[in-house]
Amino acid sequence: MAEFSFELVSPEKLVFSGQVEHVVVPGADGEFGVMAGHAPVISTLKPGRLTIFATGQPARHMFVRGGFAEARPDGLTVLAELAIPLEELDAARLAQEIQDAEEDVADATVEAVRLTAQERLERLREFQAALVQGGGFGAHAGH
Amino acid sequence: MASLKELRNRIASVKATQKITKAMQMVAAAKLRRAQAAAVAARPFAERMEQVLGNIAGAVSDLSQAPKLLAGTGSQQRHLLLVCTSERGLCGPFNSSIVRLARERALALAADGKDVSFFCVGRKGADQLRRQFERQIIKTVELRSVRTLGYNNAEAIAREIIDLFDTGRFDVCTLFFSRFRSVIAQIPTATQIIPATLPEVEHGAARAVYDYEPDETEILAELLPRNIAVQIFRALLENAASEQGARMTAMDSATRNAGEMIKKQTLTYNRTRQAMITKELIEIISGAEAL
Repeated sequence: MAEFSFELVSPEKLVFSGQVEHVVVPGADGEFGVMAGHAPVISTLKPGRLTIFATGQPARHMFVRGGFAEARPDGLTVLAELAIPLEELDAARLAQEIQDAEEDVADATVEAVRLTAQERLERLREFQAALVQGGGFGAHAGH
Repeated sequence: MASLKELRNRIASVKATQKITKAMQMVAAAKLRRAQAAAVAARPFAERMEQVLGNIAGAVSDLSQAPKLLAGTGSQQRHLLLVCTSERGLCGPFNSSIVRLARERALALAADGKDVSFFCVGRKGADQLRRQFERQIIKTVELRSVRTLGYNNAEAIAREIIDLFDTGRFDVCTLFFSRFRSVIAQIPTATQIIPATLPEVEHGAARAVYDYEPDETEILAELLPRNIAVQIFRALLENAASEQGARMTAMDSATRNAGEMIKKQTLTYNRTRQAMITKELIEIISGAEAL
């Protein structure tokens, strides 16, 4: 299968860079898969799971939050404020994220800000529920 | 003239100081390497973010529809100066050069009849600004307890700034920090972050036509606040590297000065000692001659 270059960048470092076959991105309007030759698109991210399929390697799952994906004819770049391997994401970390989001909702003085924070909170809760249902933490590494 | 004992004590004390400055210089050199690596690692994110924002902003034709963080409030009256400095001193002119730039800007703005307020990050800068602008400092954030600077630190500051902006406390925000050029050159810099200044994208150039998901305005609304956090993060990292660089240079010259002082005082010590021996000899000889 055709490969394309993919970069996953967080503010602190370049998390992943290399040739891949297929990447599933949690876009704000729904998950979408990107393969070589994808039409140019810019989409914001919702908190969720990003999956990387590279040739001859098991799929890698990452938890990403906040940022955007940019698909160009020559490759895909995902900029995420937080990007960590799903194996390293434990229940405590996710609970912390949810708590932060709750505080954001409570603190927001402007309606628009509150709505975005609210939405983020809901996505996080959805994600947490999905993880718990899917056999809990750590179990998904083998998928 | 100082006695021999006094001179000996003074030399010992300068030697001890020299040991400390030398150690500080070496620590700063090690920290500088780490700070520099962090600044370099943060670069791709900031660059791509700017590029994409420039792209999208270029695609939004009607600026009045754009979020206020990009288009501004339509007024230039109230200015917020976000001054980033260090938590510790003994780093040469690092803090005062940033503060000087901010102060000059504040006075120029005030002379134009604008309202100026300050938001300080870092204790040193806040201390210096407090003398002159006590009432205009809205808030001071200290990063003293932060061991390694993370994106979440910048995010928290950005959130407060945006809150102030959303509640209509200011119209224009300018960020002051020190750009790291090299170990001996750190350049105090001011950048306007609200309304955002984005790189001009050449229209008509062969740039890909993107599909936006959701639409351009919504993406802008989502990305502009993040861009502010990214800019602050970058400023903090540049500052961290500059601080260590400035400290290294300052401590290097302090060590050298201490060395010179030791040399001078050792010379005086030896001369005094020699003079005393000579005096004693003369006394003995003249005493023997008198017999």
